[in-house]
Amino acid sequence: MNALAETRRVTLRFGELTAVDSVSIAVERGETVGLLGANGAGKTSLIRLLLGLIPPTSGEVLLLGSSPSVKSRERVGYVPQTLGLYEDLTVRENWDFTNRAFGLRRLSLPEDLGEIRDDLVGELPLGIQRQVAFAVAASHKPELLVLDEPTSGVAPLSRARLWNDIHASAEAGAGVLVTTHNMEEAEQCDRLAIMVDGQMVVSGTPADVVGSRLVVEVRSEDWRRAFELLDSTGLVVQAHGDVLRVPAARDAIDEAFAVGGIEATITMVPANLEEAFVMIVSERSAT
Amino acid sequence: MNWGIESATVRYGSQVALDGLTLQPERGSVTVVIGGDGAGKSTCLKALVGLIPLNGGTACRPSKKEIGYVPATGGVYPDLTVYENLAFSGRSYGIKGSAFEKRRAKVLELIGLRDVRERLAGHLSGGMQRKLAVGLALLHQPQLLVLDEPTTGLDPLSRAELWRVISHTAAQGAAVVLSTTYVNEAQRASLVILLSEGRSIAAGSPSQIIAGVPGKVGRVKSERQPPGLAWRRGGIWHTWDLSKGTPGEADRIEPDFNDAVIIAELSHEIGITR
Repeated sequence: MNALAETRRVTLRFGELTAVDSVSIAVERGETVGLLGANGAGKTSLIRLLLGLIPPTSGEVLLLGSSPSVKSRERVGYVPQTLGLYEDLTVRENWDFTNRAFGLRRLSLPEDLGEIRDDLVGELPLGIQRQVAFAVAASHKPELLVLDEPTSGVAPLSRARLWNDIHASAEAGAGVLVTTHNMEEAEQCDRLAIMVDGQMVVSGTPADVVGSRLVVEVRSEDWRRAFELLDSTGLVVQAHGDVLRVPAARDAIDEAFAVGGIEATITMVPANLEEAFVMIVSERSAT
Repeated sequence: MNWGIESATVRYGSQVALDGLTLQPERGSVTVVIGGDGAGKSTCLKALVGLIPLNGGTACRPSKKEIGYVPATGGVYPDLTVYENLAFSGRSYGIKGSAFEKRRAKVLELIGLRDVRERLAGHLSGGMQRKLAVGLALLHQPQLLVLDEPTTGLDPLSRAELWRVISHTAAQGAAVVLSTTYVNEAQRASLVILLSEGRSIAAGSPSQIIAGVPGKVGRVKSERQPPGLAWRRGGIWHTWDLSKGTPGEADRIEPDFNDAVIIAELSHEIGITR
């Protein structure tokens, strides 16, 4: 069976600039895929290609089995970072308007939005607005959901609730493609795809992406002096409270402490996803 | 006496934006205020630096010359170059001559923008603009540095670079206070204040907040939502059970900081005071 959305060696050039460079990606039914990359890596261009909003310079794009079209886009739900809701309309009016645009007759509003049905969207807290935007985008039971930074700006509990909804859509069979800079969100995905300078460099589960990468953890009586010592050597030190984490070879750090004359406990520990991401992008950009 | 605000209340008309909040940052470490949009984070930081008056409570802060503050948006002049921005900031703090040149070189080095010093600030990437804004606020070597959502919208690379500057400033002895909506950023602080509706609903170091979780936290691998309070962590569920009886189908686990923050918000919502 075909993937819900797929690019095959797709390239997009704007004059001299290659925004997307021979990228192949597929989103299958029931899976949540996180698309990660630094700003300017080509994530937004890739999504616009997948939805058929721009034609590729070369390569092939398949959306629900054929070239993207108005017809296939009807089976997609999209939530931009800016939400795409009408702030001057109520929750109910936004819901009805979108359903009518998709040619659906008055679907009943989900139960959890009942209490706020007559509230103007613009007057609701952002966390609730994001929940409304997701519910509206999912209302026509799209086969593919595309979400851009779905929980940006919301409190942790609202973020958790939205992800409960996103997972429920995937378990009901939809494919979900999420772009995010937030690694808490990335860890919710079944699979991640990381872009650097227009190219797809890594793809796999969050655990695959981290792989066996390690960082050096430094504990010292005086974290401030230890930080200054390592920082002055040009290492990218990250302080977590009074524990320092450095994505570098252990030798360099042992040596710095031997020379600096500060006592510290130095151990190698598994990298977290954020650290792994920074390592992957830095390695690629350096080559 | 420590700097900070104590039992601070701020009202905008009939709306209570800050409700008896206490926030006392420590020198030489990072304090993070976490909460969603509208929780009162910006109000809290503005009250801390004295940009808005308190309707109740007390504040103690260093002199204006010892405070650096970066608002959530802006903080740089887009039509001036990086150099001109620094010069303008230097003049407004009365730093002149060789003292200014020394600080300018130091700050440019710290924020890593030396190669783009002649570029208009408005032409820099979002991450570089944020770093410049922080650099401008650091020029006069403040003892209290306050940053309103400095990393929102930044990619992890820019975020790591900005945190290097933040940790460096704390390591030098300043009290750094910043707001965020990211749990993993709050986890990097020595002191965390979780804000909701203008009130502190959890406060302490990340490990203290984890240790304060009431009830039992469990994990379940299931497609259906387990009964009670539960949230997704990728393919599994984490559950929270306040009852004293035998645990349900969930395997009991130690909560992590993410769980602890969610549970603090849930407790607040269902009216459990801690």
